[in-house]
Amino acid sequence: MIAESLEELGLTKQTVFVSPVGCSVFGYYYFDCGNFQAAHGRAPAVATAVKRTNPEAIVISYQGDGDLAAIGTAETIHAANRGENITVFFVNNAIYGMTGGQMAPTTMIGQRSATTPGGRVEDLHGNPIRMAEMLATLPAPTYIERVAIGHSKHIMKARKAIKKALQIQKEGKGYSFVEIVSACPTGWKMDPVHARDWLVDDMLKVFPLGVFKDESDIRDEGDWDRHYEDFDTAKVNSYLDRMKSAVGEIEPKELPFDLNCKFAGFGGQGILTLGLFLSQIGMKAGQNVSWFPAYGPEMRGGTANCSVNLAKDRIGTPLVDHPNVLVVMNQPSLDAFEKDVVDGGTIIVDTTVVEGKADRGRLNVVEIPASDIADEVGTAKVANVVVLGALVAATDAFTPEFCEDTLRAIIKKKSLIDMNMEAFRRGYDYVRKS
Amino acid sequence: MARQFMKGNDAIIVGALAAGCRAYYGYPITPASEIAHAAAQHFPALGGVFIQAESEVSAINMVYGTAGMGVRTMTASSSPGFSLKQEGLSYCAGAELPCVVVNIVRGGPGLGNIAPEQADYFQITKGGGHGNYRLITLAPNGAQEMCDLTMLAFDLADTYRNPACIMADGITGQMMEVVEIPEAKPVPFDHSSWEVRGTPESSGNLISSIVLEPDELERHNLKMDAKYRDIMAKEVRCEEYRTEDADLVVVAYGVVSRIVYSAVDEARAEGLKVGLLRPITLWPFPSAAIARLAETAQRFLAVELSTGQMVEDVQLAVNGRAPVHFYGRCGGMVPGGKELLAEFKKVLEGGQS
Repeated sequence: MIAESLEELGLTKQTVFVSPVGCSVFGYYYFDCGNFQAAHGRAPAVATAVKRTNPEAIVISYQGDGDLAAIGTAETIHAANRGENITVFFVNNAIYGMTGGQMAPTTMIGQRSATTPGGRVEDLHGNPIRMAEMLATLPAPTYIERVAIGHSKHIMKARKAIKKALQIQKEGKGYSFVEIVSACPTGWKMDPVHARDWLVDDMLKVFPLGVFKDESDIRDEGDWDRHYEDFDTAKVNSYLDRMKSAVGEIEPKELPFDLNCKFAGFGGQGILTLGLFLSQIGMKAGQNVSWFPAYGPEMRGGTANCSVNLAKDRIGTPLVDHPNVLVVMNQPSLDAFEKDVVDGGTIIVDTTVVEGKADRGRLNVVEIPASDIADEVGTAKVANVVVLGALVAATDAFTPEFCEDTLRAIIKKKSLIDMNMEAFRRGYDYVRKS
Repeated sequence: MARQFMKGNDAIIVGALAAGCRAYYGYPITPASEIAHAAAQHFPALGGVFIQAESEVSAINMVYGTAGMGVRTMTASSSPGFSLKQEGLSYCAGAELPCVVVNIVRGGPGLGNIAPEQADYFQITKGGGHGNYRLITLAPNGAQEMCDLTMLAFDLADTYRNPACIMADGITGQMMEVVEIPEAKPVPFDHSSWEVRGTPESSGNLISSIVLEPDELERHNLKMDAKYRDIMAKEVRCEEYRTEDADLVVVAYGVVSRIVYSAVDEARAEGLKVGLLRPITLWPFPSAAIARLAETAQRFLAVELSTGQMVEDVQLAVNGRAPVHFYGRCGGMVPGGKELLAEFKKVLEGGQS
């Protein structure tokens, strides 16, 4: 009936038929179209991807009950919930046929199977799941119907539903789902006549036939088509080109020495941003640069810290264990990291916040009331830029003008530029004059 | 040439876009989530596909779908999520579908933690899923390589019709470095003989990994095996740093190799002849390069963020010609340069292997 509908609608050659594990696995023997064999339960995920990558394709996911309602429940529900413009045919025969007649999620109460030898009971095995009813509660699906193939009247209705479901997909109207209650005489261990009677008399009591949702009339053609474009190198290149850094052209500068910096303080003091600013200044200066935020076990004691390396040659470890420049913007950071600074290294201390004293005998100690200066400039938020000015002055790594040009280019909020320029210059001058 | 200062995780997506990847399917997990964030921003903007899948399992099967259409596609995750993808990866390999998967490895086993580890080495290089297959595995050690090796991974995947994996760690994913943004070029592969696109031309093709007859499945496996031997012969990549006269050859990859560069320099400054061999491809493993160094080096030391996994491949490559030592940290602990230098000295003085 599916093949007939595809032929009648003229869709065969653009159809992709996805058949997962179970009786449906041999779908490709019978359907003269493009075929995917999928893992157990995953057909709706495969079908989703096929449809998204070629919205012109007609994509069918053909699944049994174990596949659709047990191992693939998540894929089933979420493809429906996204309103994928695909068609799912769900063959419900209340048993796992291919694997040897075990209980399916749709197995009836009392029904015997290889894994319910005494019959399915509610309090041990749960009840048969009604997928059509469940999916009909979702807003996205367009069409959900349950049909059967017990007798010729059923079959005529089933044929109509199958064709309608495919028509909905062809028109881009969204997700369509047809559950087909079917017999499995082998799995049920019945002769075909008894199997048919059991289907009609027993199964349909649990799985009533009917349309559970149909919005095909109120949805417009193409509403559920998703946009997709093939790879276009020109378009990608123009897009990638726009990613280039705001720092502009590289202006190579000599560093007096490689900078291996650690910046540490409380979260919210702009520690990570301080690292990013210095990194981008280093980038513009043609240096190799690495920035690494405190991460995992490094992030302890309620402090934020980051490592920044600026080097002429290749940067080895991005983790700075032994900095030659340490910035501390709170007391715990001074306590934790001062001992790690290399002999003769520089430590910059925000004395507004930090009460302790660093070892002047071993280190080049730069004390600056950065947070106070920032308040004078207008906001405590620029204390990190005051510190940056101090760092540049203390290390002579760059000229202040070079840093200011770079900052001007990379600070996104243009209204904040003046305040940052003043903060930088105040920090720089404070160190130069002291 | 456009340059940008970016995270390793973001650089993966830049490489993927330039390589012509058109569809990203993923599920959030730390410390790999930035990859999905970047994909969500850039793929739809370029007319491509981004879907936050309902699960890792679904994501890899979406990859299977798009890869079967002959279209470049990828997914990324971190250790627990990568475990969930193994079934799908086995199907991709069995159906010979080119695709790229990324694992930003975190601490394990189980839920572990979000800190960096390299303990998924066995899973990735020996095949975490069922059956005879291999993942082509690349191990970047910086943001530029996150970009460049992702592009290479797509080409290798297409050349050999096999999934390719980027194995990185939390640090390489999270750290920012300057990346030269590459140029996108047309994809020079013709998939028309096997792809299923939902077009009249591809109608009749079949994407499948089922081969019911034992003799046919054996033939299929032997064909794949021949392909894997071809990859082992042609696609090994590694970097040697100061190994020419090294008494001690350190073998390390990913972020550990970055720490070892520094430690080697410090050792050399003290007159110790130490060098680094860095596998860039973890599978195929640079066994021949290690075997060659085993002719002159006195000792080998594998350093990993694990309790010892790659060290077994080093031992196989050295094949008894020199002692192979191991030094590892795990759980998210990362050795410092001084710690490694001390270990080098211990090994050079004949410490236990």
